[in-house]
Amino acid sequence: MRLRYLLPAALLIGLVVLFAAGLRHDPREVPSPLIGKPAPAFSLTVLGEPSRTLTAADLKGRPVLVNFFASWCAACEVEQDYLMQLAAQGVEIVGVDYKDTDADAQRWLARHGNPYRTIVSDPQGMAGLDWGVYGAPETFVLDAAGTIVYKQIGPLDDRAWRTRIAPLIGIKP
Amino acid sequence: MRREAFGKCGWLAVGSLLVLLLPWSLRAQERMPAPDAAHLTAEQQQRYDTLIHELRCLVCQNETIADSQVSLAADLRNQVHAQIAAGRSDAEVKRYLTDRYGDFVLYRPPFKATTWLLWIGPFLVLLIALIVAVRYARARRRHRAPVAVDNDALVRLIDGEARRDDDPRKGPPT
Repeated sequence: MRLRYLLPAALLIGLVVLFAAGLRHDPREVPSPLIGKPAPAFSLTVLGEPSRTLTAADLKGRPVLVNFFASWCAACEVEQDYLMQLAAQGVEIVGVDYKDTDADAQRWLARHGNPYRTIVSDPQGMAGLDWGVYGAPETFVLDAAGTIVYKQIGPLDDRAWRTRIAPLIGIKP
Repeated sequence: MRREAFGKCGWLAVGSLLVLLLPWSLRAQERMPAPDAAHLTAEQQQRYDTLIHELRCLVCQNETIADSQVSLAADLRNQVHAQIAAGRSDAEVKRYLTDRYGDFVLYRPPFKATTWLLWIGPFLVLLIALIVAVRYARARRRHRAPVAVDNDALVRLIDGEARRDDDPRKGPPT
C-alpha cells in the first residue's frame, strides 16, 4: 500500500534528476565522431606564404591544438586572449582560417594577437567539412601520434584546458 | 458596404496566399546548387531532393539542410549534389556525412546501441501507462463489489419517510 505513494514520488524525483542533467547538456555541442581517429587528411596553403603547404603528416610527433578561427567570428575574439596565454606557455597551436580571406585574417590577427605557430587558409571551408566543423571557433586536440583526442566547440577557456585538455596530452596545467 | 467587405476579404485572401507561397519561393531559390555544379539526371535530382530533406543542419538544428539558409547548409547541399553527380549511392553520401558529423545529421538515425532508447522509448512509456491503467481499472472493479443490504431496514426507512410527508403539520411539500 505504501508503494502506491512512494512510486509516483520516486518517478517524479527520477524525472527531475533526468531533466536537471538534460539542462546542463548543451544541444549545440554535437559530439564529434572523429575523436579517437587520426586527423583527416588535408593539404592547405600557409597564410601569407602561397608556396608552402601544410599536411596532416606535419602535425605528428608532438601534441598540437588545431584551432578553426575566422575574422568574422565574434567568439574567436573572446578566445584569443586565452590562446595567447597558452602559446606563451609553449603550447603549439595551428590556426585554420575558416571561410575567410587572407587580407581580413591578417588585419584581424594584427588587432587581436597571433598565438599560432602556423596558420593555413581554408577559404571555402572544405577542410572544415572534412573535420566536421560547423562553426567557429572549434579546437581539435591532437596527440603525438596525430590522433584527435578532444574537440572543443566554442571558445577554449581555462576550465576546459585544465580539466580536459591538459591531462589528455600529458601537460601539467 | 457589401462590396467593401468583399474587397477586404479579397485582399486578405491574396495576402495569405502570398505568405503561404513565401516558403516555397525561398526554398526554390535555395535548392539551386552551385552555378558550376554538374547536371543531374531526373532520377538523381529526385534522390538529391529526398536526401537534403533528411539531413539536419548542424547550425540551426531544427531545420533540414534543404530549409536552412546558413552557409554550412549550402556547403552540405553542394556536397550532396556533387557526390550524387559523381555516382555515389544514398548510403555512401550519408556515410560521408555521418563520418564527419555523427548520426546527428540524420533526421532518422539508425537503430543501434546508442539510439535504441530513442526509438523504443515512446512505446516503452505507452506500455507502462497501459499496465498502470489496467491495474488501476482492476483495483476499482474489486472495490465496487455489491454491499450487503438489510431489506427490512430499508423498507422501514422508506415507510417512515412516507408517513412524515403525509403529516399536515409539516406544511406543503417543497
